[in-house]
Amino acid sequence: MKRLFVKGNEAVAMGALEAGCRYYFGYPITPQSDIPEYISREMPKLGGTFIQAESEIASINMLLGASACGARAMTSSSSPGISLKQEGISYMAGSELPGVIVNICRSGPGLGGIDASQADYFQSVKGGGHGGYHIIVLAPHTVQEMYDLTILAFDLSDRYRMPAMVLGDAVIGQVKEALVPHPYQAPLDLPAKDWAVTGKLGRSDQRIVKSLFLGDGELEAHNWRLHAKYKQLQQHEVRCETENIDNADLVVTAFGSAARIVKTAVRMAREAGLKVGVIRPITLFPFPTAIYQQAASTARKLLCVELNTGQMVEDVRLAVNGKVDVAFYGRPPGAGSLPTPEEILDQIRTHCG
Amino acid sequence: MTTALKNVFDRPVSLKDVATHYCPGCQHGTAHRLCAEAMDKLGVQQRAIGVASVGCSVFLYGYFDIDVVEAPHGRAPAVATGVKRVRKDAFVFTYQGDGDLAAIGTSEIIHAANRGEAISVIFVNNTTYGMTGGQMAPTTLPKQQTSTSPYGRNTGNDGYPIRMAELLSGLAGVSYSTRVALNSPKNIIAAGKAIEKAFRLQMEQGGFGFVEVLSTCPTNWGMNPLAANERVAEEMIPYFPLGVFKDVAPLAQEG
Repeated sequence: MKRLFVKGNEAVAMGALEAGCRYYFGYPITPQSDIPEYISREMPKLGGTFIQAESEIASINMLLGASACGARAMTSSSSPGISLKQEGISYMAGSELPGVIVNICRSGPGLGGIDASQADYFQSVKGGGHGGYHIIVLAPHTVQEMYDLTILAFDLSDRYRMPAMVLGDAVIGQVKEALVPHPYQAPLDLPAKDWAVTGKLGRSDQRIVKSLFLGDGELEAHNWRLHAKYKQLQQHEVRCETENIDNADLVVTAFGSAARIVKTAVRMAREAGLKVGVIRPITLFPFPTAIYQQAASTARKLLCVELNTGQMVEDVRLAVNGKVDVAFYGRPPGAGSLPTPEEILDQIRTHCG
Repeated sequence: MTTALKNVFDRPVSLKDVATHYCPGCQHGTAHRLCAEAMDKLGVQQRAIGVASVGCSVFLYGYFDIDVVEAPHGRAPAVATGVKRVRKDAFVFTYQGDGDLAAIGTSEIIHAANRGEAISVIFVNNTTYGMTGGQMAPTTLPKQQTSTSPYGRNTGNDGYPIRMAELLSGLAGVSYSTRVALNSPKNIIAAGKAIEKAFRLQMEQGGFGFVEVLSTCPTNWGMNPLAANERVAEEMIPYFPLGVFKDVAPLAQEG
């Protein structure tokens, strides 16, 4: 297909429509408003539904309702709006509903700012709402991946009957670069949505979508069943990009837009003769624990770079479990706080020494 | 000799043959039955999708023989919006209490109503939070004692009870808004007709209908069921007058 020059946010919207999403519910917030703008323009042409809701809370609950009917549906927002959606995400997780949520992260806490941030890592991967659950979290680092991973989010979400999040940020949402869209083909083995409400339509059984379980032992069993799905994800759905980790003294790890800066810095380091590798998690949940363990068996040290004060680094340290040192370099978000490749290169030199 | 007996009373097919968990004298059972009778009459049980809210009626999937989605507290109108936009041929209704609809869910009900969603909303107003044990509701009457207004609702501190049926009637998206009560056979018959009208409005004209149902909560009011019915007549209806506040054809849909 033709190469296009588009924004990351537009690529998300294009990927969603290509994946057959015909229901979008959202509320404007910078830096993701290109997504509802694009979809509000294109969705009517496809006979789909676009609703600008009264709030992020209403948006996520409209998504809950549409997903309960078995439709492919989505919402998008940015950090403060995603906080508002956490109630609904918890209910969707508890009700085992699919649905795609896009978070084009901005900086915080509070109103913070509109610059790129990775400070929503914890909120995304640890289950940001109440009650102990996880959602699938995908972290694109190019415009192409914004498209590809949005499509993947729909498939994984449907396959595992749980919400999936595309976790971008202001940089990757606003950057404009090449995109080669490709036609979507649904995996043939996606399970039928035989749980979706339709009205009984002659069925003898009722279909009930709910997260309340009050019977003796019911809720415990429900939680263990959700937990078993998270283990399945860990076994089958980890996605990760690596560069040169078998032959590295230092392995640098980062996700999303931070990984772009890291890759440039690592290239400069290699040109200077340093033995440096890269781990870039594509799935943040499930987390690529085994890759870090592998790296820890050969590298002398790991360096985790994030656009925050240190979040993913905790999962990296858990993964290597003390086997090697895991250093951290972070820049908390804000205007003028995006690190340069040279800055990361200095860190690489320090930790290679 | 055989005499053909005419069956004049039966359980609606939309209602399951089970006992409810509701307290003695609670009128959720009556309101459920009226909804079920209306669904039967319109022949929509097989394409009905109910949206349950949080409160005593969260278990309505246990009583209605229909598909049900359980919504977070207050969010039923938003969930029903998502449901109806996908299942345009389904009959979709929410069933919400006063805390759910008139406090935590005020935003969702106002905007679903204002969009003129083709759904029906049953709003059970018993002036208290039933499930959590009788706390002050947005509809608790002035001076009414509850577990969180032990000295009586103080309007200077707590504001005034919200009249939702009147409030919603001011919105362009609302076709039908009414308030009924269940405290007498006459009022129950009128309530059944209002619910049927709201349901019919959705199925025949795609309109948004709102039925506020004044209801009792004898347990949390500390009254027997008869005294509770008297309270509806003597205290609730004077503040929450029965009547139709809006009854118009849905606005023409653009596009």
